Amino acid sequence: MNPAARIGGLALIAMLGAFAARAQIADADRKSGAAFMSAQTQEMQRDDGANPGMLAALDGESLWNARTGGAGKSCADCHGEAQTGMKGVAARYPAFNEASAAPIDLQGRINLCRQDQQKATPLAPESRDLLALSAFIGLQSRGMPTAPPDDPRLTPFRERGRALWSQRMGQLNFSCAQCHDDNWGKHLGSAPIPQAHANAYPIYRLEWQGMGLLQRRLRNCMSGVRAQAFPYGAQEFVELELFLAERARGMPVETPGVRP
Amino acid sequence: MRALVAVLAMIALAPMAPRAEPAPVAIVGDAIPQPLTAEAGDPARGRAIVVDRQKGLCLLCHVGPFPDQRFQGDMAPDLAGAGARWSSAQLRLRIVDGSRLNPDTIMPSYYRTEGLNRVAPAFRDKPILDARQVEDVVAFLATLQDPSATSSQKP
Ligand code: HEC
Ligand code: HEC
Repeated sequence: MNPAARIGGLALIAMLGAFAARAQIADADRKSGAAFMSAQTQEMQRDDGANPGMLAALDGESLWNARTGGAGKSCADCHGEAQTGMKGVAARYPAFNEASAAPIDLQGRINLCRQDQQKATPLAPESRDLLALSAFIGLQSRGMPTAPPDDPRLTPFRERGRALWSQRMGQLNFSCAQCHDDNWGKHLGSAPIPQAHANAYPIYRLEWQGMGLLQRRLRNCMSGVRAQAFPYGAQEFVELELFLAERARGMPVETPGVRP
Repeated sequence: MRALVAVLAMIALAPMAPRAEPAPVAIVGDAIPQPLTAEAGDPARGRAIVVDRQKGLCLLCHVGPFPDQRFQGDMAPDLAGAGARWSSAQLRLRIVDGSRLNPDTIMPSYYRTEGLNRVAPAFRDKPILDARQVEDVVAFLATLQDPSATSSQKP
């Protein structure tokens, strides 16, 4: 893109191709993904009566209160009212998990509770129940600023996420940064390229006619550039999520979002 | 509105015929003077590749003189007049491997398989276009002589 950078040489190509250090979006220029949508879709997200994600959150509320698993306990039995106990929780995930000495995202946390506390089977990635609980817990942080924890144990993982962000991949050889830092606001064919802030997930996507978690979106972006997507639950995804949370620090949570 | 979505998904669903790995090409200056095939490229086939969102993908990024094409991208220079600005040999290198001219370019290298990372199995060790398709695209681009001809169907 930058004519000043027209230099040849295969070594340089390999180097710059792998880690092109690019312009970060200034805080003042940050925009939610919703800002790139039509007024109609924005209104759909804003209006709880029209936002299909609210139905998932409602399902999540019943799951929150349902006793399940070998322990016969509900989420509410341990955490009480989600409106108080879960306030601000989604805004600070992913977080460090002592037991595994690794970061986990909100879905990882939900499944740990199911296994350890409820003695229930973990919920499958993108399953209806996991989407519902994620939407319900996310809703308890709506309007609160994204607030990733200042935990130094997370730093190496977040830095790996940052490196992945600027690594080119796939047959089309794009990095996340090339689309979302360098070309946001432009159009890939018909699609406006958003800044990739993850502050509205899970979302209801009209194209999917259903809900999806952040990892579903990330897998779409990866296969879009003809890269082999990481499997659901991969540590690489949690690392990317950590980096995305840092990038969106302070931006209000909008869960459940609506996207075209 | 429905047509406005799914661009990324469409890219991924491109049906891919098995292809041979690209043969080595000789770069001279900022060009590849030697055509990749003995048979000359066909501009009509080239146009079809350029406007095809799964084969050429060109209009995901470029605008150009394609009044019949909706939703052309705005991430790259206008293709109108490309054949007046560049010789066929120069166009060939820009399609084969534009990163030789600008290592930071976002334009994919259409006839290169090495130096890529995490390529999905269906696309591994295959160039985006085969040699004949590259020649067809070059032949078509050479016909784009008028820089003011753009249709500029902005999204
Ligand atoms: C070739 C361009 C391109 C690349 C490369 C790309 N994306 Fe995206 N991304 C998009 C587009 C376009 C959208 C909007 C969704 C759509 O319309 O398909 C999007 C959406 C997103 C969103 C959702 C934003 C929202 O508000 O809902 C996130 C998060 C995201 N991308 C992260 C990533 C990450 C992480 C990577 C790298 C692994 C990546 N993207 C690579 C084009 C890209
Ligand atoms: C992902 C984006 C992208 C795609 C897809 C793409 N290009 Fe490009 N192309 C660019 C960019 C950006 C440039 C500007 C040169 C640079 O980056 O160094 C460019 C430059 C060019 C040029 C030179 C333009 C000029 O007059 O200076 C030609 C010709 C060209 N592209 C043709 C094509 C064709 C034909 C296709 C499809 C077979 C294609 N491009 C696909 C992004 C793209």
